[in-house]
Amino acid sequence: MLDVVVLFFLLGLLARLVKSDLALPGALYETLSIYLLLAIGLKGGIELSKQSLQTVLPQVLWCLAMGLAIPCLLYPVLRRMVKLSGYDAASVAAHYGSVSVVTFAVASAYLQQQQVAFEAHAALWVALLEAPGIVAGIALARWSARGASQADQANTATANPPPALKSTWGTLAHDVFLGKSVLLLVGGLVIGTSMGEAGTAPIAPLFTVLFKGVLALFLLELGLVAGARLGELKRYGFNLIAFALVAPMALAVLGALGGKLLGLSTGGVAIMAALAASASYIAAPTAMRIAVPQANAALSITAALGITFPFNVIVGIPLYLKLAQALA
Amino acid sequence: MITHPKKLLVIITEAALEKRLIADAKRLGAQGYTVYDVRGGSQHATHEGAWEADRMIEIKIICDESVAQAVADHVIAQYAAHYGVSLFFTDVQVARPGKF
Repeated sequence: MLDVVVLFFLLGLLARLVKSDLALPGALYETLSIYLLLAIGLKGGIELSKQSLQTVLPQVLWCLAMGLAIPCLLYPVLRRMVKLSGYDAASVAAHYGSVSVVTFAVASAYLQQQQVAFEAHAALWVALLEAPGIVAGIALARWSARGASQADQANTATANPPPALKSTWGTLAHDVFLGKSVLLLVGGLVIGTSMGEAGTAPIAPLFTVLFKGVLALFLLELGLVAGARLGELKRYGFNLIAFALVAPMALAVLGALGGKLLGLSTGGVAIMAALAASASYIAAPTAMRIAVPQANAALSITAALGITFPFNVIVGIPLYLKLAQALA
Repeated sequence: MITHPKKLLVIITEAALEKRLIADAKRLGAQGYTVYDVRGGSQHATHEGAWEADRMIEIKIICDESVAQAVADHVIAQYAAHYGVSLFFTDVQVARPGKF
């Protein structure tokens, strides 16, 4: 059975497909996204304060390694099978290496509805998985640019070399690590960890009780945005659609196996699978637009938000729970 | 009232460039600017400004003609190849020329 919040996503999608005039004000969208990031961070932080470093450290290392590895695994697939340029492949790979906070929120809601317990500090994994994929994607783009310019020199046919990537790693690190998503998630985690359950009780009515209603509103908005992307699918062809459907399932297996190796609970394995399968559409697009301007931003967004996100929310998450249960 | 001629440079582009464009404009001599969130589209794309990776901005700068020209040249050379950029100039009259 679908979780109630997913129906709000479908309502948004439908509104767009029937060309309704429904639109959420931009400021509300911003407010809701700030709320969700803080609430998820806080909740994870409260639980994190109950964990020992010994339990958490292997999870931290796994998340960082997985975030870096996913773009490197996807890049050759995107180059050879989807036939994207080096910049586009690196950009799409970065989106899939990073994670979708809302996919995590929907997966948590689904597990709660199914009464499957999971590690409640999982928000830490989300925070850790945000940045490495983007960093790996930027590194891949630079590596591919270097390869391309060397090939050009060898051919001595450089009529119009693309302008050099001018951002320094320092400014990029600032954008990636101090961007809104990571700052609010980590900020929430730190506040939650240091204040614990009792300390955060005064703000719990806002950040805990209202959470699911706000998530429903946010999904309505994402339905509208994803619906707008569906219209663009035909521009990018069958290969990209196939990639955006197959990649999350393959990555979910990677995430689930990692979760199993870490000794996570069945719910934890399902969450790790959903995180591996999810693709970023908040942190990654903004960072990649500045870091790799040559990449076609619409291509990555269409794959991440137009196909992979709806797939994960409607079909993927229940599948990943089944996978986790099969591994248990 | 005595008025003085200045140039108004208007740049419509992706919100991702806001910080950089403002830094560039200041470095090239602009003394002030105004930024708006805007919506729009072209033959290639529609930017509804529905969410952050899709937002467009309009930057207005009132300045001397030489500064407007330098900023416009820089923006075209640096960003026009890979970002959506529209820009135009108009003549304006200001009351306090020292401000611009």
